[in-house]
Amino acid sequence: MTNLFNYIDRPSPIHRLTGATKFVCLMLWSFAAMSTYDTRMLLGLTIISMILFLIGRIHIKDVSFMLGFTLVFLVINSIAIYLFSPLHGTKIYGSCTYLLEYTGRFAPTAEQLFYHFNYVLKYLATIPIVLLFVTTTNPSEFAASLNKIGVKYSIAYAVALALRYIPDIQRQYHEISQAGQARGIEMSKKATLISRLKSASGILIPLILSSMDRIEVISNAMELRGFGKKKKRTWYMGRPFKAADISAMLGCVLLVCLSLYLNHINGGRYYNPFI
Amino acid sequence: MSIGNEAELLLEFNDFGFMYNAQAAPTLYNIDLKLHRGERVLIAGPSGCGKSTLIHCINGLIPFSYKGQMTGSLKIKGRETSTLSIFDISNTVGTVLQDSDAQFVGMTVAEDIAFAPENDCVGDPMLHERVLKAATMVGIEDYLKHAPGELSGGQKQRVSVAGVMVDDVDILIFDEPLANLDPATGKQAIELIDEMQEKTGATVIIVEHRLEDVLHRYVDRVILMEKGRIISDTPPDELLSGELLSQCGIREPLYITALKYAGVSISRDMNPSSVDGMIIGDDAKKKVREWYSKPVEITEDAPSDELLSCESISFAYDKGERKALDGITVRINKGEMTAIVGTNGAGKSTFSKVVCGFETEDEGRIFLNGKDIADSSIKERAEHIGYVMQNPNQMISKVWIYDEVALGLRTRGVPEDEISVRVEKALKICGLWRMRKWPVSALSFGQKKRVTIASILVLDPEMIILDEPTAGQDYRHYTEIMEFLSELNRQGITVVMVTHDMHLMLEYAKRAIVFSKGRIIADDKCHNILTNMSIIKEASLKETSLYGLALKCGIEDGTGFVKHFIDYERHNIRGTRKEEAYDQSV
Amino acid sequence: MKKFGVKHIVATGIGAALFFVLGRFVAIPSGVPDTNISIQYGLLAFIAAVFGPIAGLLSGLIGHFFIDFSFGWGVWWSWVIASAFVGCVIGFLTVKINIEEGEFGINGIIRFNIAQVIAHLVGWGALAPVLDIVIYAEPANKVFIQGLVSAGINIITTAVVGTLLCVAYSAAIPKKGSLKEEE
Ligand SMILES: Nc1ncnc2c1ncn2[C@@H]1O[C@H](COP(=O)(O)OP(=O)(O)OP(=O)(O)O)[C@@H](O)[C@H]1O
Ligand SMILES: Nc1ncnc2c1ncn2[C@@H]1O[C@H](COP(=O)(O)OP(=O)(O)OP(=O)(O)O)[C@@H](O)[C@H]1O
Ligand SMILES: [Mg+2]
Ligand SMILES: [Mg+2]
Repeated sequence: MTNLFNYIDRPSPIHRLTGATKFVCLMLWSFAAMSTYDTRMLLGLTIISMILFLIGRIHIKDVSFMLGFTLVFLVINSIAIYLFSPLHGTKIYGSCTYLLEYTGRFAPTAEQLFYHFNYVLKYLATIPIVLLFVTTTNPSEFAASLNKIGVKYSIAYAVALALRYIPDIQRQYHEISQAGQARGIEMSKKATLISRLKSASGILIPLILSSMDRIEVISNAMELRGFGKKKKRTWYMGRPFKAADISAMLGCVLLVCLSLYLNHINGGRYYNPFI
Repeated sequence: MSIGNEAELLLEFNDFGFMYNAQAAPTLYNIDLKLHRGERVLIAGPSGCGKSTLIHCINGLIPFSYKGQMTGSLKIKGRETSTLSIFDISNTVGTVLQDSDAQFVGMTVAEDIAFAPENDCVGDPMLHERVLKAATMVGIEDYLKHAPGELSGGQKQRVSVAGVMVDDVDILIFDEPLANLDPATGKQAIELIDEMQEKTGATVIIVEHRLEDVLHRYVDRVILMEKGRIISDTPPDELLSGELLSQCGIREPLYITALKYAGVSISRDMNPSSVDGMIIGDDAKKKVREWYSKPVEITEDAPSDELLSCESISFAYDKGERKALDGITVRINKGEMTAIVGTNGAGKSTFSKVVCGFETEDEGRIFLNGKDIADSSIKERAEHIGYVMQNPNQMISKVWIYDEVALGLRTRGVPEDEISVRVEKALKICGLWRMRKWPVSALSFGQKKRVTIASILVLDPEMIILDEPTAGQDYRHYTEIMEFLSELNRQGITVVMVTHDMHLMLEYAKRAIVFSKGRIIADDKCHNILTNMSIIKEASLKETSLYGLALKCGIEDGTGFVKHFIDYERHNIRGTRKEEAYDQSV
Repeated sequence: MKKFGVKHIVATGIGAALFFVLGRFVAIPSGVPDTNISIQYGLLAFIAAVFGPIAGLLSGLIGHFFIDFSFGWGVWWSWVIASAFVGCVIGFLTVKINIEEGEFGINGIIRFNIAQVIAHLVGWGALAPVLDIVIYAEPANKVFIQGLVSAGINIITTAVVGTLLCVAYSAAIPKKGSLKEEE
């Protein structure tokens, strides 16, 4: 329960990068993958991300749980797009190549399938990086590193506090719900929507009111120990940047440039094989 | 180590007073108090008398966090606190708050200890060195990477101490450091505070209800508070030889009580503040022996029917990891009053949760009235078994005290006029009647705990499990609650108490079940357990000071002496006390 | 209350943690893909109303970010930004309500709900879909339908849960000089 984000402590070059580096790279990488629909670029990113995944020494079974969620999410989204806009692809690529005899609204077209292929690729290009970030970054170090990349320390500490108290709140939620049941409050899953909302607020109110007390106690404890005394603060878990960190970040900057450049020569975000 | 007047004056209250904005009357009046460098002071007093408020005035939370009106003067190192910032004060005063969980703000032990120097911009490698040094001082250096959820209560307490040790402060304050610690860990905590004081020469202020446990190590003065005023400020020996303690509803050490029963009067020159150091004259020893040899009439309980029976229950929170319960087999009969004791993290609360259906056992079976209750839901079990959880915040779901206590009755569809009668009775027993119109949020920790007890008592269950019923309670409320529970018990209701309080166990339980590392290691009469060295050691209990007194007075059968004390209390003292408690509650 | 002090930092952290726990473990499916009945928005509105726009913005941002991380499906930027936006707007529109001083009457309830309706309509009905189109080039009719459904659901849950929380919290705060023992 404490290891919510599945940090896995294994020696690898990726683990040795600072949290700040990984965070910056994650942002740049997502931006590079987000800004373009160029199939070649997305394929390239997908391949590199899988290689990085191997370098980080993370195994599929370490992340199978999260991977499952992602795939379900991806499938549902793709189906939704197809249902709502089966002709989205033809609009984008400006041509219409039916693949079957049938030419109704939901008839499959090469353009639509290609759009879906790109859509899925976009995910595949980022998911391994996100999983890699999640599994190789020590949460404590992550919070510390935010401060280093220019986030104000008060905000960085808010992130640290969130990470610190998530397991506590989770446990408390569970316990309050049980204490309520012991005094006869119905929490059945089969109830109607309104009554489900009502019973959820039966847990929510005590959970949140006690959290408000907690805010008071924690801020007192922090103030007694001098939080906010100075303009800056140091971090026990902070680490200095090394050469590897700098080069990783530079690499990601190059990827962003490449992606923007491709958008420029494609005259838009799409790589169009249909013309 | 006596402190002369030549030591530096660190803290000075002059006709000081304070009133919270929300309150209609002041919480502190006419406080005059001086503290010198290196002194060790214990502050005691009934729950709600203003101890924590006084502490908050010293560490700056009043007026910086809690708003209200201050009168008179309070100087720290000669400077008026109203001219200082909370950060100036934090350089001089280090506070370990009542709730060590809330104080733990770091994600791991090391980060938490590092918190104060981080805020001071201490850089590496100094930072790591300081953390290691402080951690080693309190003996937690092997746990630096652990998260708070992976520590026992006692270990968390050590982390909080280390967290204030990283700074060189002049005044160290501990607000109820022993609440929720098992007896052996509590003893270690007091020893730890004592060693810290010796190493740093700081002034130490301890707020605590467990007087006997604090007096385990040397204390210069005991400050007694009542209703917002300081009513006495004396060395412990003098306090113990007077009558003031029992008058303000604070519990005396057990050996003092025993000596008084035996007709020995306590005087200051006997050094009564510890049983080992106490000088007991031959005359007094003789009186104790005579008292011991006078038989007390004992009524043995007739064996009764089985109510709850557990057969080799095992349970683990994280499957595949260490088991929190490991083969628990135990029977509880109708009408018993039983204590469950043991180390922090032994599985006592887990056991209660499994019995009430909050967690589902991995193996084993539970029978209630002979019926297997594997298929019963939490709600169905709750109709027979009432469970007061350890942490009151987990149970309270209403804003107003009255509604909270009435909640269970309302969901059961009891008519409103009957509810009001039953709620009134429960609130009176728990000493909350006068505050019935307050929101729960305005209560102190001990008062909240009483709200949860009232909300279960009102339901009249067949069996009640109370997890730490008396944590944070003063002796008067303790007595009221416990007497009411014994009264219920006499009417045939089965009571199970999870507790770290050895006094409570001796006084009220007939039998004790001892947990250690998820197993039951003993199940016997209380006096047998508290005089069995190997069990005491394994389960982190503490031998009672009565045992020491017996040896000192030349009584070899210490167990017999403890048993005699219990029987004597039950038959000669408790009857009268019950009436007193009743008078107060009405 | 308007200064962003230690208490606000802690409120942001705890708010984000609560947002995360509610969003990650208490989500009730609504029947439309990717769209859950998210009681976390009731909480977010409450935090924003009590602690102001910055705390609202950051709690929404951090909490939503963590939810996306823990599922591992990448950071769904358009929706993360919309959560932050909703928290911030509600915080701005409710600065005049002093819940922390125990004032939350009919007037407060109305203002709070107007604020949350505006925030959700703009956030989910416009901002999130537009970002979806800009960032992910998803088809417009899909994202707008998704957005409007979310806006509707979030408005209802916030109206129920958020209002309840505000009322309960303000009731629990004693008025000045009001605590007296009674026989
Ligand atoms: N923040 C607050 N606002 C209003 N009243 C308060 C506040 N904190 C405490 N009080 C009141 O002040 C009185 C003294 O409380 P305090 O916490 O100092 O007691 P205490 O002696 O430490 O009790 P305990 O032993 O239960 O911890 C109580 O009656 C309590 O209701
Ligand atoms: N929700 C939980 N998840 C995981 N582990 C837990 C949980 N609750 C308790 N544990 C672990 O189970 C063990 C038994 O805990 P339990 O709370 O039953 O101890 P206890 O005997 O009540 O201790 P204490 O006297 O400190 O209250 C401990 O090691 C604890 O860390
Ligand atoms: Mg107190
Ligand atoms: Mg326990």
